[in-house]
Amino acid sequence: MNLFDQFGPPILPSGLEPLRKEVRAFAAEWTPTSTPEKRALSWMGFDAGFSRSLGAKGWLGLSIPRQYGGHDASPFDRFVVNEELLAAGAPVTAHWIADRQSAPLILRHGTEAQKQRYLPAICAGELYFCIGMSEPASGSDLASVRTKADRQTDGSWLLNGRKVWTTNADRCQAMIALVRTDPASERHAGLSQIIVDLTLPGVMIRPIKDLSGHEHFNEVTFDDVRLDADALIGVEGDGWAQATSELAFERSGPERFLSAMTLFRCLVGAVGPTPDAHQAMEIGRLAAWLISLRSMSISVTAQLASGQDPVWAASCVKDLGTGYEQDTVEVAMRLIDSLPPGDQATTTRRVLAIVQSMAPSFSLRGGTREILRGILARGLGVR
Amino acid sequence: MRTLLRETIERLLADAVTPDLLRAAETGVWPTDLWAEIEALGLPFAAVPEDLGGTGASWTDIFVVVRACGAAAAPVPLPEAILANSLLAAAGLEPPESGVIVFSSGSADAPISDVPWGRHAQWLALHDAPAGRIALHSLDGAHVTPENNVAGEPRDTITLGTGSRIADAATSTGTDAILLGGAMLRSAQMAGALGRLTELTADYANERVQFGRPIGKFQAVQQQLAVLATQAAAAVAASEAAFLMARPTADFLTTASAKAVSGEAAGKGAGIAHAVFGAIGFTHEHSLHFLTRRLWAWRAEYGTDAFWAERLGQTLATAGDDGLWPLVTSAFAESTIHD
Repeated sequence: MNLFDQFGPPILPSGLEPLRKEVRAFAAEWTPTSTPEKRALSWMGFDAGFSRSLGAKGWLGLSIPRQYGGHDASPFDRFVVNEELLAAGAPVTAHWIADRQSAPLILRHGTEAQKQRYLPAICAGELYFCIGMSEPASGSDLASVRTKADRQTDGSWLLNGRKVWTTNADRCQAMIALVRTDPASERHAGLSQIIVDLTLPGVMIRPIKDLSGHEHFNEVTFDDVRLDADALIGVEGDGWAQATSELAFERSGPERFLSAMTLFRCLVGAVGPTPDAHQAMEIGRLAAWLISLRSMSISVTAQLASGQDPVWAASCVKDLGTGYEQDTVEVAMRLIDSLPPGDQATTTRRVLAIVQSMAPSFSLRGGTREILRGILARGLGVR
Repeated sequence: MRTLLRETIERLLADAVTPDLLRAAETGVWPTDLWAEIEALGLPFAAVPEDLGGTGASWTDIFVVVRACGAAAAPVPLPEAILANSLLAAAGLEPPESGVIVFSSGSADAPISDVPWGRHAQWLALHDAPAGRIALHSLDGAHVTPENNVAGEPRDTITLGTGSRIADAATSTGTDAILLGGAMLRSAQMAGALGRLTELTADYANERVQFGRPIGKFQAVQQQLAVLATQAAAAVAASEAAFLMARPTADFLTTASAKAVSGEAAGKGAGIAHAVFGAIGFTHEHSLHFLTRRLWAWRAEYGTDAFWAERLGQTLATAGDDGLWPLVTSAFAESTIHD
């Protein structure tokens, strides 16, 4: 692997400016109805009404074909919409996974019936998906999943097992789960992806409080859940390849470096227009990394738009980006005592407490830092 | 253009820049043959418009040349020559046909410090910011006080001789043109050096056996290598953005970001490389220091990461909280750029 081939010039195509303006204005209109503390939740903020209004605006399912309710737009349109919403701290978690991962997966691997059934509702901001990957005994070692779907003689599936750390399972209608469909299989073989209707009998969802008391993630138990034959998505036994094929989309987006943006913004406001040298250096350093991470993310988006699969570069963005987000907390800790007293300093303290409490998860969700670095090292030819 | 430039420069430097050449350069030997080849290829005129006898390449194309110079630790001021000639051409002055040319800022009447490769140069493009003029000076008859950076590269103090001015012109370029231009070049050189360092360090981790296996088999080493690679990648991407936005002179937001990120990456990256190479990499005999000492030197030149971070911070503070995000997104204009 030549490192110099991993990132090209960060060229945004022309013609995106009107879309950016429109989304920015929409977010600015929403902002006064919210609070900095709510905006601090970033893409963990849930608001189904907001998601539906985005759907009505035509800003969900941007890369999905029109015939399924989408907009046939480029990955760059999606990039612009998402970075504008994230920078504003808009509550996007309701539709986030469905728009980012489930819809592209269904489009790529689903049957015509599945596409017609799910995609229009996702694009409208009405149907929310979660991802069933981790299990109590399968964290980073995802290939050890034991939740199983047994095919019945009538073609239906019987689902048993347990998923855990499932973000928003309690507020989503459906889950795409990675399960073992070949009971004799081991590791990466014999896994498949299935769509689970979370309202079915036998599905039990138990919210798990995180360290700050928020209930973002859940434990989901399947006890003899009967699924129709068409619950299988894609090819039986190809679950591992299907689940990992979208990783570049998942790991390189602006959500990997904008999770702490509300805190950064508060800091800039709180230090005021005449910062001392130390304050200026600290916020300036964050800006340098933000601009550079955005450059990397745009470069990866360009590769995705041209049909490449830049998994190494995307892992790079996630490792650096989540580190940058966590570093924002460190910078805030260094500056907090020097902020001029006033409302902005008080708000910054509150926002800091929220972001600090979320920050450990930044480098856990979507593949831990250590797993990512293992992938990066393998790309370098060691391992 | 970019692909052609990249292949040309990478091949040339791979053949010419050997450890022996680098060692000789540090003792003051000028690589005559290498510079002759560089001139024969017209590389110092890459950024000069075609109607002035140059290649007319964009800075996005030239990025790969400067990056390659960093990766090879090339002991010649090709990046400096490209920028010097482009500054002259932008002011309507004709670049000298041959001979080593470098740049600096200051007044012709006072000693000029930190002139890169001054003792080996025939020409100096001098930006006198307060006067708003740029001049071409001959260095024949100049008095040179030799100084070196931490990598042993010449950074001389020069007092120009009488009648050194060949031509001069008013320039519309900003007062910071040399500082920004130099920072842009050094960020790409650091990116190149970090990329090469990643390659060398990964190779060494696969070769060096301890506890009965290559040290690259140890997760502790793998994790460090990954950090080195991500820092290198950040430097590559950040400096690429700065070159993309240099139209035609270096742009503040992206250059400041690139120098800040590359500088920080240089510190971390060099540290990791030395950790993986162990004692052998700390010897003078080993080639590792040709890259790591340059990373330290280039980090310090044309503003450290702290210097540029502070400048960026002042700009941010002026923009305020509502101006932060618009400022960040204004860093790359949304338009189709030729490549």
